[in-house]
Amino acid sequence: MEREQHIEVRPPSAGGNTEEYWLNMGPQHPATHGVLHLIVRLDGETVREVKPELGYIHRSVEKMAENLTLLQNIHLTDRLDYLSCHMNNHAVCMVAEQACDIGVPERAEYIRVIVSELQRIQSHLLWWGAFAMDIGALSAFLYGFAEREKITDIFERLCGARLTMNYFRPGGVAQDLYDGFEQDARQACSDILYALDEYQRLVTGNLIFQERTRGVGILSRDKAIGYGCSGGTARASGLDYDVRRDDPYGIYDRFSFDVPVATAGDCYARYEVRMEEMRQSVQIIEQALKDLPVGPIQAKAKPVLKIPKGLQVFRQVETARGSFAMTAIGDGTATPLRVSYRSPGFMHVAALHEMSAGFKIADLITILGSLDPVIPDIDR
Amino acid sequence: MSEPAVPSALEPASATETVAAPTSAIADWIRDLCGDQEWLAWVVITLIGLGALAALASVSAMVLVWMERKVSAHMQLRLGPMRTGWHGALQPMADGLKLLFKEGLLPRTTDLFSYLLAPFIPMATALLALAVIPFSETWQLADPELGIIYVAALSGMSVFAILIGSWGSNNKYSLLGGMRAAAQALSYEISLLLVLMTAVLMSGETAMQAIVQSQEGYFWNWWLIRAPGVGFIAFIAFIISATAELNRAPFDFAESESELTGGFHTEYAGMAFAMFFLAEYVHLLVAACLGAVLFLGGYLPPVPALAFIPGPVWLLVKAFGLVFLFMWFRWTFPRLRIDQLLNLEWKFLMPVALLNLLAAGALRGWGWL
Amino acid sequence: MSNPRDILGPQRFSQSHAAPKLIPPNASVTKRYFIRVVTGVTSLLTGMRVTIGKFFDPRTTVTQQYPENRDELKMAERFRGRVVMPHDADGEHNCTGCTLCEKACPNGSISVLNTKHASGRKILGKYIYRLDSCTLCNLCIEACPFGAIEMGTEFELATTRKEGLVEILNKKAGRL
Ligand code: SF4
Ligand code: SF4
Repeated sequence: MEREQHIEVRPPSAGGNTEEYWLNMGPQHPATHGVLHLIVRLDGETVREVKPELGYIHRSVEKMAENLTLLQNIHLTDRLDYLSCHMNNHAVCMVAEQACDIGVPERAEYIRVIVSELQRIQSHLLWWGAFAMDIGALSAFLYGFAEREKITDIFERLCGARLTMNYFRPGGVAQDLYDGFEQDARQACSDILYALDEYQRLVTGNLIFQERTRGVGILSRDKAIGYGCSGGTARASGLDYDVRRDDPYGIYDRFSFDVPVATAGDCYARYEVRMEEMRQSVQIIEQALKDLPVGPIQAKAKPVLKIPKGLQVFRQVETARGSFAMTAIGDGTATPLRVSYRSPGFMHVAALHEMSAGFKIADLITILGSLDPVIPDIDR
Repeated sequence: MSEPAVPSALEPASATETVAAPTSAIADWIRDLCGDQEWLAWVVITLIGLGALAALASVSAMVLVWMERKVSAHMQLRLGPMRTGWHGALQPMADGLKLLFKEGLLPRTTDLFSYLLAPFIPMATALLALAVIPFSETWQLADPELGIIYVAALSGMSVFAILIGSWGSNNKYSLLGGMRAAAQALSYEISLLLVLMTAVLMSGETAMQAIVQSQEGYFWNWWLIRAPGVGFIAFIAFIISATAELNRAPFDFAESESELTGGFHTEYAGMAFAMFFLAEYVHLLVAACLGAVLFLGGYLPPVPALAFIPGPVWLLVKAFGLVFLFMWFRWTFPRLRIDQLLNLEWKFLMPVALLNLLAAGALRGWGWL
Repeated sequence: MSNPRDILGPQRFSQSHAAPKLIPPNASVTKRYFIRVVTGVTSLLTGMRVTIGKFFDPRTTVTQQYPENRDELKMAERFRGRVVMPHDADGEHNCTGCTLCEKACPNGSISVLNTKHASGRKILGKYIYRLDSCTLCNLCIEACPFGAIEMGTEFELATTRKEGLVEILNKKAGRL
């Protein structure tokens, strides 16, 4: 009965003998992409207030990280944003590399970029399907998955796992590319470009889709900065910021790519930005495949990686959702004293109320879908 | 200008003629058997007819469920059910059995009477509407003089099921679904009626059988083609408003899975859910048959030379073509939002249907039809 | 996030992807309305063409008939199914009981229990592997200096018996 204290009796809204009411969306709800719980105050169909409630999939990852070595921590970050696990691994690896002063061989750097970008596409494809399904285009969900499957297969052949890759290691990557990887990656890229055109015809151009997304869930640039949004969500609001370009890590400064930015800040802008990001990722992959050098894939690392006592290391990467950052403080032993993660999704869900108040309940679903939430990433 | 011919339907139908007795070989045979006991013949014929209807409804619902699964699967790069019988043909049976054996849940907070009443309504209205669909000259259970009005009245009834069920469920999601369905049905009823009236005006008949007969001959006599433009626009408007009336995507607000989890049937389980589920498909068949009767010549073959193929086959072929169209829509389009749906009706569909009705009236008045 | 390039610039997209702007800015309301109706209907029809194409093209089917195709299913060579310890023809394995894998495992899924050989040296007694707590992360395999364990390609790991989830990988005690 704790909940009932939230319920305020409001004067009836203008023009009718109506009453506002609360609706619990989730944690078991088809549109919350997992176990997100939204407490929504509604006036008829109109959303007045949204309170996201977290904690249903909290696993104390940061506390667990204090008992594990940096090498062992990598596989835990697979389980944060499971759609960007290569990028998450990258952040941990960079922290370890900076703390213990490990260099990374050229080939490993290229491999990292290629698989990260492949995964960005893979993640966006899943988002595309799920977003379209939130709006009601059910077939699109399967189309997105069918295309994503090709990249997942590449990952399976490359590192043996389809979802929790655990592929990056401090000082390189776990295994070298398999024979035929380059051809597979090129094939996947051209398939994606073809598929994107098809998606354009099926969903993007569709009148109903445009009606449902244009002008819905507007997040102004100031609010985006205020809430700490990043990634596609912030770029759709006119915030021209991409970690890959503005705080280059790895070898991202060697590639030429555009950072798509839109100014509208609505669901359609977020959609367009992400669609364009896929094309840009394809460009990066093609450039990286062209220059891929031969050589070792892992630097000779010390057997035990210790963060020196008192040293605080912060590294951030651009995941498919935005900027993911890891901070680790060392105490001179093999396990870090404190680890903290900054996950992009948390800020986006925090901004949900800002975006959806005043829109219809169906728009709330659209807005949530356009934020591309991954619940284990929001709720660590 | 000469006096326009007064369409026969505009004359008041006498009350005694409203229900024409079905005539067919079987009916005649039963009448023979019963001799002068006419009431007995009437009872037997009616019972047989109702049984046949119920059988048709359940079989076609099963076929449609299977078809929906297969169509959606193949459009979604899948194969759909493959293991129960040939390409999963027995899957609807398996579904039905599963639902039959499931526990009929009664949530504690439901309003029991309305909660239990609701599942029966959609099936009843669907069966009643099926009764006036002419499958051939003689295969029609009843041919009331105002057949079209009767069907329109029944289609208005089915929204009560959703309203009552959603109210009885005592669940906010259900209630939202029910309220949406009510708003939607109220608005689209108008354009549906306008379209039906267009058909009545074009053919000059209100009885189903007579409307089919008015399209006798080659396929260019069908109202879809024969009335220049008007028929086509009426057909499109019919498809849109029928999709809305059927609560199918892209207008499936009453359920809208991704928003309201299950909409009005969130709380229903087991057989109660199965009744909603199957009735939805019988309604689909009724709407498709209605479309075929009004615009595609009903049971008439496209060219008279093909008349050796019996009428019911033609009607079902056309109806299933329309059903495929409905399914195609459902698996392609995103869902609209409720206010956009109402805008579409009031700002686009209803004016178009109204103008179309005027145009049909003008064509009729000038004797071009 | 202060960044010199933070400017409210115009939309930057490659042109092929930008939404078509068919409605001229100075069109009258009626004209806009009709253009919208026509482009809208066209867009709906284009979408329908995509789905019907998939419907009639059997090559687009991507799903597999899973339990039936068990025999053809080949997992990738590197697939990480579960930890296995290969044994040679004589039933011997390479594990020396060095416990490096045990230390590498983040979840404590491996317990290496050593015994004493008759000669007094330490050898592997039992190699206990707990599939129920294993995250299939591959760290133990990478840690093993003798190549004594590897990842199996078995993928049907679901079971209804809890006991099968903890097993002893070595068939006999280690050699010297
Ligand atoms: S795969 Fe990972 S979790 Fe499993 S036993 Fe090896 S190290 Fe432990
Ligand atoms: S499996 Fe390898 S690492 Fe583990 S105890 Fe045996 S030899 Fe050592």
